[in-house]
Formats: sequence, structure tokens, C-alpha cells
Amino acid sequence: MSSEVSDESRNARNQFRPDDHDNDHFILTTVVGSYPKPKWVDRARDLYNDPEADFDETAWNEAKDDACRLITDEHERAGLDVVVDGEMRRNEMVEFFAHRIDGYEFNGPVKVWGHNCFDKPSVVNEVEYDESWLVDEYEFTKEVAERPVKVPITGPYTLASWSFNEAYEDEASLAYDLADLVNEEIEKLVDAGARYIQIDEPALATTPDDHAIVGECLERIADGVPDDVYLGLHVCYGDYSRIYPEILDFPVDEFDLELANGDYDQLDVFRDPEFTANLALGVTDAHTAEVETVEEIKANIEKGLEIVPPEQLTVSPDCGLKLLPREVAYGKMENMVTAAREIEADLDSGKIEVGSAPVSADD
Amino acid sequence: MTERIATTPGVFPLPDWAKDDCSDLKGHQKDDLITGDEGPELTAVYDEAREEIVTVQQDAGLDRIVEGQLRWDDMLAHPLTVHDSVETGGIVRYYDNNNFYRDPVVVDELTFDGDVAAELEATAELAGDVQAVLPGPYSLADLAADEYYDDDEEFLAAVADFLAGEVDAFPDVETLFLLEPSLVENPPEDGEDARASEAIDVVADATDAAVVVQPYFGSLSEKVHAHLLDADVDAVGYDLVSDHDGCLSNVNEYGTKDSVSLGLVDGQNTLVESPETVAERVDWFEENTPVNEFDTVYLTTNTETFYLPYSKFEKKLAALAEAAQLEEVKA
Repeated sequence: MSSEVSDESRNARNQFRPDDHDNDHFILTTVVGSYPKPKWVDRARDLYNDPEADFDETAWNEAKDDACRLITDEHERAGLDVVVDGEMRRNEMVEFFAHRIDGYEFNGPVKVWGHNCFDKPSVVNEVEYDESWLVDEYEFTKEVAERPVKVPITGPYTLASWSFNEAYEDEASLAYDLADLVNEEIEKLVDAGARYIQIDEPALATTPDDHAIVGECLERIADGVPDDVYLGLHVCYGDYSRIYPEILDFPVDEFDLELANGDYDQLDVFRDPEFTANLALGVTDAHTAEVETVEEIKANIEKGLEIVPPEQLTVSPDCGLKLLPREVAYGKMENMVTAAREIEADLDSGKIEVGSAPVSADD
Repeated sequence: MTERIATTPGVFPLPDWAKDDCSDLKGHQKDDLITGDEGPELTAVYDEAREEIVTVQQDAGLDRIVEGQLRWDDMLAHPLTVHDSVETGGIVRYYDNNNFYRDPVVVDELTFDGDVAAELEATAELAGDVQAVLPGPYSLADLAADEYYDDDEEFLAAVADFLAGEVDAFPDVETLFLLEPSLVENPPEDGEDARASEAIDVVADATDAAVVVQPYFGSLSEKVHAHLLDADVDAVGYDLVSDHDGCLSNVNEYGTKDSVSLGLVDGQNTLVESPETVAERVDWFEENTPVNEFDTVYLTTNTETFYLPYSKFEKKLAALAEAAQLEEVKA
């Protein structure tokens, strides 16, 4: 299997290999981003929102800081190579950003399904960059983390299509303006030291015909971003055949894809043409509350090796883990890391071979 | 003289307090959604919310009062997801929206249920001029999976018979809206398009009320539109918000019924149209169609309104009603 991944992408990825990594091979382990909030965080938020409770903004900020410390540490205990703070400061992936961007307003909750709602915001004026969105969050996490930190950002296409548009001619022009703001934020994150940034675009899966709009957004986002900054794109729960291979032209280093949920029934999509980027493969299902065994996850990782060689493979859960019980989320990460390290050892020893036939005839 | 009737295709957002109460009483997983045999505590929430919704419509000045279908957790799939002969599968996407419903899998004969009739009985106690709303047979069959009937043709006929049975049990209503977004989103193929219209006939025949078929999320293909005009209904709906040119061209090429329903107010965007804008859209349609005079023009939102925050939903209803009054004054 040949690799056409660029030298810049390869070098950018290698900076996340820990100095004390035991195996010759390195499969990068990380998470998509969100993580279950400890129950006391929800209680603290309720207190903060209760005008009669003696719980002010300082106390609420302290609670969020503590939660970030705790979950960053939990990611490190699980052994992840690149960690996130579990998005402890964020309520919802569109709301959080819309609150920080001029031009948005909120009019109340809307239904997604059943009684699951979110405060879907309305764009009522041209969007403008105001306060920084994530620099404080990143600087705090970087300070408490011993491992490299990834910063997930909701992408402009999702910010546009999961909002009501009252101000723009069409969704694309709103998305392009938002992409310029994301670019501005990434510039600040890079200045603060961030080197792994993941753009989350789940809305692309719902309207795959818009991949060209997402591509144009990413061109704007990547503009001026230095080569040593590793850019990822997360897309989940859709029909990948409708966006592949077009996405290979996107200016990102890595694609983070959800495939465990469908038991890799979409894996074939990525065989032809050859996958020329780094692949962050979902190897545990974020929507089942059972922790997959190490053996099961190893089998999933081997699916990824059918698509890219180990030096292009990252493993992560399918999607954010925030809806799972916390001990299940931890179990999935821990088993995922163990599985990745065992696969690396098997690659080192030659027990697993890649680069010849995708399916080994040895067994 | 054309009669202007301000109304809606139903499936409203829950008032915010009811969102909270239902969420507390029911939970957030797919097993927590409505089953049709909810207990007294939950029934009380829905009763109170229904009363509020009826008052909102009356205060706005709408000419037809709908139940609002606040219990329809699965949107248009509801009449099946609460049915005893249906098992619910996974959560699936509701058309091209960031909304989801339980996939209804029909596993036994679709017999009479009466769920919707009970909602309408409750509404009729609160208001006159009640309008019933149901998914059209083609859309309801399209939203479901079938594991009981022999083929798609038989399934569509069974769904139509089921809906006709439900309509037969309704209290007296002024109008029946049959919502058919699937005619746009997943249009029937040759042969199937004729059957889709026949299925609508079966449902329409079950009532003496005026029947309006409302497709939305765009305009119909020419052929589907032509077949729909064969159906024995009083009015066909046009989603002027999503595709006014496509709708107009259908009417100008193939004509329409003596009455029309115009989707004038965007059910999926918070931007509230002024009554004047809504009235202008009616004028634009009438001026650009060769029809001399429609019997009735229904003024509606183009889609259901559960997509909207509650406060915006209330404002949209008021704009619709006021637009109808503006038009009456002009006439």
C-alpha cells in the first residue's frame, strides 16, 4: 500500500508521538471531543441559573475549571496520546459558538427529536467576530495537560445550517462569512500554541450535496494556517459515498469518520480511489452503552489498516461520548488505547502485516 | 367572491413549559416517546397545552382551529407509531431536516385505532371551526416500513383504508388537511403516482368536510401534480416559500382545483413575515395565474411549525390571520 499523504501532514502528525512511546509503530489515539459531564457540573449550572441560590459566576467558573481538570486528567489516565477537556465549558455545539458571535440571537428551544431540544439560534445580522471563542479554554487545558491538546471547533457549514437564517441571501454565503470567523479564531489558537484543530461538520452528512460549500469553507479556514498545525475534519452519521472521494481535495490533514456504528458497512467506499489523507477511524460505537472488548476494538483497528498504513491511522470513538454513562465512556477510551498499543506491537513483531495484500492469508 | 381562510397545517411546537414538563415526565430516550396509552399526569399536561394552543389560534384570529398535534412525537409518522400493529425501530431522519422520528415497522393488519379522533373530540369541546390534520396516505406509507403486506401497492392501499377509518370516526370538522411532503421529497414513479392520488381519494371520501392536500418542501413534478389534480379533493396546496416559480408553472401549465391552499409563511425560519408581505404573496399568485377567481384561498404556513421556537410560532400565526383580513378588506 503506497501512501500519498503529504510530507507536511506526516510531519504535523508526528509531533504528537510521545517521546516515551514504546513501539516502533505509532497509531495516534484520541477522542472526538465531548465527554459526559460529571453530575455535579449539571447541579452547579442549575445553582448558577437559580437566582435564589448563593452561587455566583466565580463559583460557576471554578466548577467549570475543576471539571476541565478532571476530564483532561481522565483522558490522560486512559492513555490517550492527544487529549481534550471533554468540552466541559460548552453546552451544545452550535449554541456555544452562537453566543460568542455577533449577529446571532436566541428565541427559545426547538425540538430535535422526542423531548430533546436545543436553543437553535437565529442569524439576524451579518456575523462578526467579537470575543475569542476558545483561546481561554485551550490555554487552561494546555496548562493542566501533560499530553498534547486537540481543539474541536464546530464548522461554519454546521453553524450555518443548524441556525435560522434571517439575514443572508442563502446558507452558503452565511457559511462563508462564518468560515472567515473560524479562520480568525484558529489564527488566535495557533498563536496560543494549538497544533491540533478539528473542524466538526456533522451537518455535511445531512446534506451531502453541499460538499463543495464545505470545501470552500475549509479553503477559507485553512488560509494562512502554518504547515505544522494539524487540521482534522469530523463528519458523522451519513452516506459517505456521496462525499467521497471529493473530500480528499479538502485542505485538511485528517478525516475523522464514524464507522463502528454501522459495523464498517461503509468501509468499501474508501478503497477506491486510494485514501490519500490521514484517517481517524471510529473504533468504538458512541451510541451503545456497552464497552467493546480490547479484542473487538483490535479487529476494528485492523479494518482501518485495510484503508491506510499505520502511519496514517488515528483511532478515536465514532463521535463525541457525552451521551454515555461516564464509566462506559472511560472504559471505551481505555480499551481503545490498549487495543491500539497491542496492534502496534503486533505490527512491530510482524504478526500483523500491512502493505501487501489487505487480507492476510496466514491464519 | 373568493373566500380567504387563514389556517395552518398543524404539528405545532409545544409551549416551553410543556416541553419541560413532558421532558421531566417522559425522559429523553426513544423508549420514552408517546405510545398512545399515556397516564393521567401526562394527559393533563397535553390537555392544558391543547387549551393554550387553541386560545393562541383564536386570539390570532385564525379561521380554522387545529388540535396542534402536540402529542405527535414522531411528527407525521404518529398515527402509525402509536398503533398496536406497529413496532418502532431506530431513530431515523425526518426528511432533509435535523429532526428524527421512530421508524414505524408495520407487522400486522392496520386496523382502526381512534387516536386522532380522540384528540379532535377534545379540540371540538374547546372551539368551533375545527380543522383535522392527517398525513396523506402516500407520505405516511413513505415514512414507514412494511413487514406485513405483500408489496408497496397493497401497503399504500392499506394505509389509505386505515386513514379513511380514522377520518370516519372524527367529530364534525370544517376542513381536513392531508399533508403530503413525500410527494415532493420522494416522488412516486410511473403508476405509483396514479395510485397515490387514488389513495388520497379513499381518505377524502370518508368525510363531508372540505379536503385540502398540502404537498411541501418544494413544488411537485409536473406528472405528480397532474395526477394529484385527478384526486377528488377540494383544494391542492402550493409551497410558495420553498419554490414559488415551480408552483406557479404547475398551475399555469396544468391548472388547479377551484380552491387552493397557499404556503405563504415560512414554517422553518424565525424571520416573521409582515401581514403586508403575506398579502402581497397572495396577490402575486392570483395575478400570475389565469384563474379568474378561486372559490377559496387557504392562507397557511408552508410546513408544520414545530421547527420554530414557540414565541416566533405565535407571531407567525398572527401574521397569517392579519394577512387574510387585509385581503378581505381589499376584496
